[in-house]
Amino acid sequence: MSFEPKLRAYTAPVFSVEVGSGERKLTLGGESVQPLCFFDKPDQPAPLIGVEVSDVGFEAEGLPELAAFYEGADTLAARAVKAASLPGASFVCLHFEGADPAGANKSVEDCVAEAKEAVAACPLPVVIAGCKNIEKDTALFTALAEALTGENLLFLSAREEDYKAMGAAVALAYGHKLGAESAVDINLAKQLNVVLTQLGVPSASIVMNLGAAAAGYGFEYVASTLDRVRSAALEQQDGMLRMPVVTIVSAEAWSVKEALVSEEDMPEWGPREQRGIQMEAVTAAACLASGSDAVILRHPVSVEKTAAFIAALM
Amino acid sequence: MALKGLDIFKLTPKTNCKDCGNPTCMAFSMKVAQGAISADKCPHMSPEALAKLSEATEPPMKTIDVGGHKLGGETVLLRHEKTFVNRNVFSVKLRADMTDEEIDSVLEELKAVDYERINERMYAECVCVECGEDKARAAEVIEKARSSGRVLIVKTRDAELAASAKAALILGADASNWEAMNGAAKTAGSVLGVSGASLAELHDTVEKLEAAGNKNLVLDLGTGDAFKRAVQIRRAALKDGDRTFGYPSVVDTAAIAPGDPVLQSQLAALFVCRYGSVIIMDRMSYAQALPLFGLRQNIFTDPQKPMKVAPGIYPINGAGPDSPCAVTVDFALTYFVVSGELERSGMPVNLCITDAGGYSVLTSWAAGKFSANSISAFFAEQDIENKLTTRTLILPGKVAVLKGEVENKLPGWNVLVAPNEAVQLVKYMRELKI
Ligand code: SF4
Repeated sequence: MSFEPKLRAYTAPVFSVEVGSGERKLTLGGESVQPLCFFDKPDQPAPLIGVEVSDVGFEAEGLPELAAFYEGADTLAARAVKAASLPGASFVCLHFEGADPAGANKSVEDCVAEAKEAVAACPLPVVIAGCKNIEKDTALFTALAEALTGENLLFLSAREEDYKAMGAAVALAYGHKLGAESAVDINLAKQLNVVLTQLGVPSASIVMNLGAAAAGYGFEYVASTLDRVRSAALEQQDGMLRMPVVTIVSAEAWSVKEALVSEEDMPEWGPREQRGIQMEAVTAAACLASGSDAVILRHPVSVEKTAAFIAALM
Repeated sequence: MALKGLDIFKLTPKTNCKDCGNPTCMAFSMKVAQGAISADKCPHMSPEALAKLSEATEPPMKTIDVGGHKLGGETVLLRHEKTFVNRNVFSVKLRADMTDEEIDSVLEELKAVDYERINERMYAECVCVECGEDKARAAEVIEKARSSGRVLIVKTRDAELAASAKAALILGADASNWEAMNGAAKTAGSVLGVSGASLAELHDTVEKLEAAGNKNLVLDLGTGDAFKRAVQIRRAALKDGDRTFGYPSVVDTAAIAPGDPVLQSQLAALFVCRYGSVIIMDRMSYAQALPLFGLRQNIFTDPQKPMKVAPGIYPINGAGPDSPCAVTVDFALTYFVVSGELERSGMPVNLCITDAGGYSVLTSWAAGKFSANSISAFFAEQDIENKLTTRTLILPGKVAVLKGEVENKLPGWNVLVAPNEAVQLVKYMRELKI
C-alpha cells in the first residue's frame, strides 16, 4: 500500500498580534501548524527575526565583524537604522541596558529621548527591552509608552512583579503590545496571561516571553516549555496559551563562556566571534524548532543565517 | 499498537496456577501490559499466543546499532511526553575528490574536538565518506577514514565498493539498486541506509528490503525536504503504527547547505530537536561543537532525571588554596549558571559542588539534601580544611537561613551569604572584601 502522509493542521491557530503602525507593521503568530511544519498547510506565516541594538553599544572586543558593521553608528538611532538594513530582519529591538542602576544608570529622560529618535529613524517596527531592574523598567516603560503613544510598540516585558503597572500603563493607557515574561515554566506563563487578561489587557495585545537559555545551558527546559505551550495552544486550544512566543536569544547566547572567553585564553577554541555566532545561530534554530514565533538576535551573521534557515524550510 | 491487560488475559490459560509468581492470570496480564514483566514468564502460554504477543508488543520504532551506537527506539514525538531514548550521533564528511591535505585537516580537527562535559564524552562519533566515481581513490579515502578510529559511514551506490568497505553504515540503497545493495550490506555486515525520490517510494523500498529479510536499516531523509520527511516518517511510525517507517534517520546537512558551516549547524540543531539520528556535517569545529554537543546533551536528558555534575571542588579563574569557597548543589543547570557568572566576575573562587541529588538549591534544601549537615559532611569528605587555606565560605542567597547552622558545624569559617540571583554574583564577587 502506498504511503500517504497525514497532514496535521489545527482549527485554532496561535493568536495574531500586530506590532507597529503605518508602513512599519508586522504580525506575530497566526500559524495553525506545529513549529516549522509549513508542509502541513499552505500559506502559514514564517517566524520573524528581530535585531537587538543596545543603548550603550556592544562591547566588541574580539568581535571585529560586529564592530565593523556598527562602525560610525554612534547613537541608538544610527544603530537601529543599521540593524534594520540587515536582510532577514523584521524588527529592531532597542535594549536599554544602560538604564540599569547597577550599570550606567541612565536617566529615564535620556532613554526616552534616545528611543524617540530611534523610533523616528528606524524603518522597521520597534520592540523595547528593559534592563531587568523591576523598578527602573516600570518607570522607563511607563514613560516610553506615553512618549511613543500611537506607535504600537512591543514592550519586553511584564513580569509577575510588575505586570499590574506595565499592563495598566503600556497596554491599557497607551495602547502598546506587552510581552509577558515568565521563567521557563508553562504554569507560570499561563498564570501571567490570566492575570494580565483579568486586568483587561486583550489577548491580542499579549505575546509570551517564556525565557531562554543558551544551547547546553539547561536548554531542555526551554525546548520542553515551548513544546508544551504550543501543544496546549494547538491541541487543547487553551486560550491562555495561544499567544505568540518571542524569544530573546541574543543575551543568553552571548553571555555564556563559549561566546565570551577570548581566543587568547582558549586558543584551541578558535576565534571568539565564530563561537558566538554559532552559539546564537544554533540556539535560535533550536528555539524555532520548538515554536518561537520570533527570535531576537545580535550578530549580523546570525541574522542572515537564521533567515536562510527559515527560508530553507518554507 | 499496545495490547491492553484484558487482551493479554484472553491469551493466557486462565488457570491461575501462580507459576509465574502472580496470584492470578489477570494480575500477570496487567503487569505484561504495563511492560513490567515479559509474557514468556508464564510457562504455560502457547507458542501461538506468545507470537501474537511479541508482535503486538514490538516497539513502534526499532533500535538499530550503528558501530556500537544505539539509534532510534523512540516512543514519543516530544521529549516531555516521556523522554527521548537514544541520542543522535554526529558525523563529519570526507569526499573522495578532496585533497589529502583537506582530508587530514578534517580528521585532525575531529580528533582535537573531543572533550568531557557533565560526565559525557563530547565528540563526533562518525566519519562519512562520499565516494564519487573514482573507486580507487574512494578506497583510499575509506582507509583514511577508518584509521581515524571513528564509526565508518560510506556513501556510495556501488554495491561492490559498499561490500568491500566493511562500513558500519552504507548509504546508497534506493528503488533501483536495493537488491544489490542489500547483498552488499549483508556481506559486509553493515546497516543499510535507504533513500527514495518520494516518501511513498522510500516506503515501498523499505517494504521490499524487509520482505527480503533485512530489518537493519536507517532512512535517508535526502536533501530537498529533509525536515518534512523527518517529521512525517516519525509521526507515521509513532502515531499511526506504521512499522515500515519505524527506523532511525540519517540527514546530510553538508549536502543541504554546502560550504555553509553556520547553516549546517542550524540544520543539525533542528534535527537534534526533531528526529535526526545520524547527522552529517562537513566538519566539526569547536565553534560548532560547543553549542551542538551541549544542545544534544540537553535534549536527550530524561525529563524525570535531572542532569547532575560530579561533586567536588571546581577552581574558577585560576583559584588557589587561598581563594574563597562558594558552595552550591550538583544540579547541572545550577552549576552552569553559577560557574558562568563566577567566571564572568573574573575573581578566583573554589566552587564546591555537593551531592544534593541533582536538584536545585531550594528543592534540595526542602528535601533535606542540601543542609548544614550535608555541607559539613562534604567538607570532611573532600578534606577541604587541609586542601585549602581559605576560611571563607559563601552560601547561596536562597539558603541564607543555613548561615548560623553552618557556622556551628564549621568553626573557624567566615560564612557569607551570596545574593539571591546568580546574575548578581558578578557584582557581589567583585565587591567581596575578605
Ligand atoms: S503462570 Fe500462566 S497460567 Fe499460571 S497464573 Fe501465571 S499467567 Fe496464569
